[in-house]
Amino acid sequence: MTVDWQALALSLQLAVVTAAIMLPLSIWAGRTLAWRQFAGKAWVEALVALPLVLPPTVLGYYLLTVFAPDAALGGLVERLSGVRLAFSFEGLVLASILFNLPFAIQPAQRAFEAIPQEVREAAWLCGMSEWRTLWRVELPLAWPGVLTALVLTFAHTLGEFGVVLMIGGNIPGETKTIAIAIYDRVQAFDDRAAGVMSGLLLAISFVAIATVYWFDRLRRRHG
Amino acid sequence: MAETGLRVEMRQSAPIPLDARFACGPGELLALVGPSGSGKTTILRAVAGLVRPSSSEVRCNGETWMDATTFTPPQSRHVGLVFQNYALFPHMSARGNVEAALPVVLGRAARAAAARELLEFVHLGGLEARQPRELSGGQQQRVALARALARDPKVLLLDEPFSAVDQVTRRRLQRELAQMRRRLKIPIVLVTHDLEEAATLADRMVVLHRGTTLQDGPPFEVLDKPRNALVARLVDFRNLFHGEIVAHDPTRDRTILRWESLELEAPHRPEYAAGARVCWGIQPAHCVLHRRDRPSRGERENPVAGVIGEYLPFGEIAAVTLWVNGRQDVELRFSVPTHVAARNGLAAGVEARVSLLREALHLMPYEPLERLPLPAGDPSVDRAPAPG
Repeated sequence: MTVDWQALALSLQLAVVTAAIMLPLSIWAGRTLAWRQFAGKAWVEALVALPLVLPPTVLGYYLLTVFAPDAALGGLVERLSGVRLAFSFEGLVLASILFNLPFAIQPAQRAFEAIPQEVREAAWLCGMSEWRTLWRVELPLAWPGVLTALVLTFAHTLGEFGVVLMIGGNIPGETKTIAIAIYDRVQAFDDRAAGVMSGLLLAISFVAIATVYWFDRLRRRHG
Repeated sequence: MAETGLRVEMRQSAPIPLDARFACGPGELLALVGPSGSGKTTILRAVAGLVRPSSSEVRCNGETWMDATTFTPPQSRHVGLVFQNYALFPHMSARGNVEAALPVVLGRAARAAAARELLEFVHLGGLEARQPRELSGGQQQRVALARALARDPKVLLLDEPFSAVDQVTRRRLQRELAQMRRRLKIPIVLVTHDLEEAATLADRMVVLHRGTTLQDGPPFEVLDKPRNALVARLVDFRNLFHGEIVAHDPTRDRTILRWESLELEAPHRPEYAAGARVCWGIQPAHCVLHRRDRPSRGERENPVAGVIGEYLPFGEIAAVTLWVNGRQDVELRFSVPTHVAARNGLAAGVEARVSLLREALHLMPYEPLERLPLPAGDPSVDRAPAPG
């Protein structure tokens, strides 16, 4: 078998689940960081950006430490829900959320920041509630940024390697993603399979990034 | 009788100090004027409910919108606000922008019809489908006005609505507002730094400085009879001097004032005792040039002689500075139609005489003039004021 379809399916599943969780989170956090002033905002923004510069193995190491069944968080989650975080799909989802924070939040934040304060105020004076203002004014203006956040999250999750290897290991059908499968094939000197899967991932990533630039052009035309 | 119109009282010390109060009746157009940073826009935003000054009371038609315990959110105030940059919804058409402010309960068809009617009202019929970016500045302003009127507002607020358009468009929009306001039976508050605009459009004018309301009255009264030298400066009184009361002549309804070596006649103001120092001023429009070829009426009224220090023709009107008695440190400014100036051979260095019309010679309490803000448009206005 050239392509590890099970690994690809798992990667796609992980990317879709992560993106679905990140969508409301990116809208909420992007709006909050764009418009609210609060103590320690700079620290929060720095934390959100941290995964951009942190080596994935470092993030993975810390996650492994807290996810372990004998660690406080890992133990608590396992006692409460019976879900083991280390070396499980659920653990991968949680890790994906963390390493995708900058990709999901920053584009949304920039998009909301680009909406002039007066435009929102005009909506309130038109009688629109905060909720209606979000649907009728903010999201129609910010959607290219929100979609960019979604696409980046999706593509980035699909290709993440270091964190997944650290906390997921290499369990087929549970934590073996396509990126891990490529590594696996290279280790086994199966260059053909590694090449085909790499090409597949390259194509998906390119389409995703091209989509981001296309959204950005749309946004500029609106602004 | 039920209270009608808008009543505003605001006090706060930070972030912008405010000590303002004014009222605006139904159908009245009130202009809030003052230099930038005087708090005009903050006050307007507080009336709309977009900011909440620490101690404030806003009442409209007997209903309290804001006081120590009440705060009506902007959604429930029914305030129409035209923002300085219009703040149109960029993703909606002109009609969409207006419809957005119409109540949802009206239903789609009724809203579309009402939006079309409002756009007709602001002379934008036929442009309903255009997006804001496809409209000129003046057209965008009209959409913003139609949107502000769509909620059937209890108050209409205009924040420097003519500042972002060219002069020709500004004149036209101002004329339209003057016509339109007769059909609006609600209080209209216009924020502007343009005194001419305030004088042309407003029934009443409130002068603001650093958040404090200094004077409230009909424009002609505020512009010609400012309460004190600070208001005089803010309303661009170019001729502002110190003088001393010489005597009163109640039988002729006059007060005699000494200025430099001259004695000038002013309307009777018994509240200033003989010997008291005062500030006095006169608007350039009330300084009348004496004709060279033949004497004219009114020449006996406060004649002042000097040498023209500066002569600047601006199109139809020329701005003239007279060095009184040839002294460069005593400048009297006035303006004359350029053709009159040409007929009288006005030019820098030429001798000239003017009369200061008695009725327009305005006395104010004494205060040091150096501490006042410099006149608007003065090239030295950006410099720090001289100490003392």
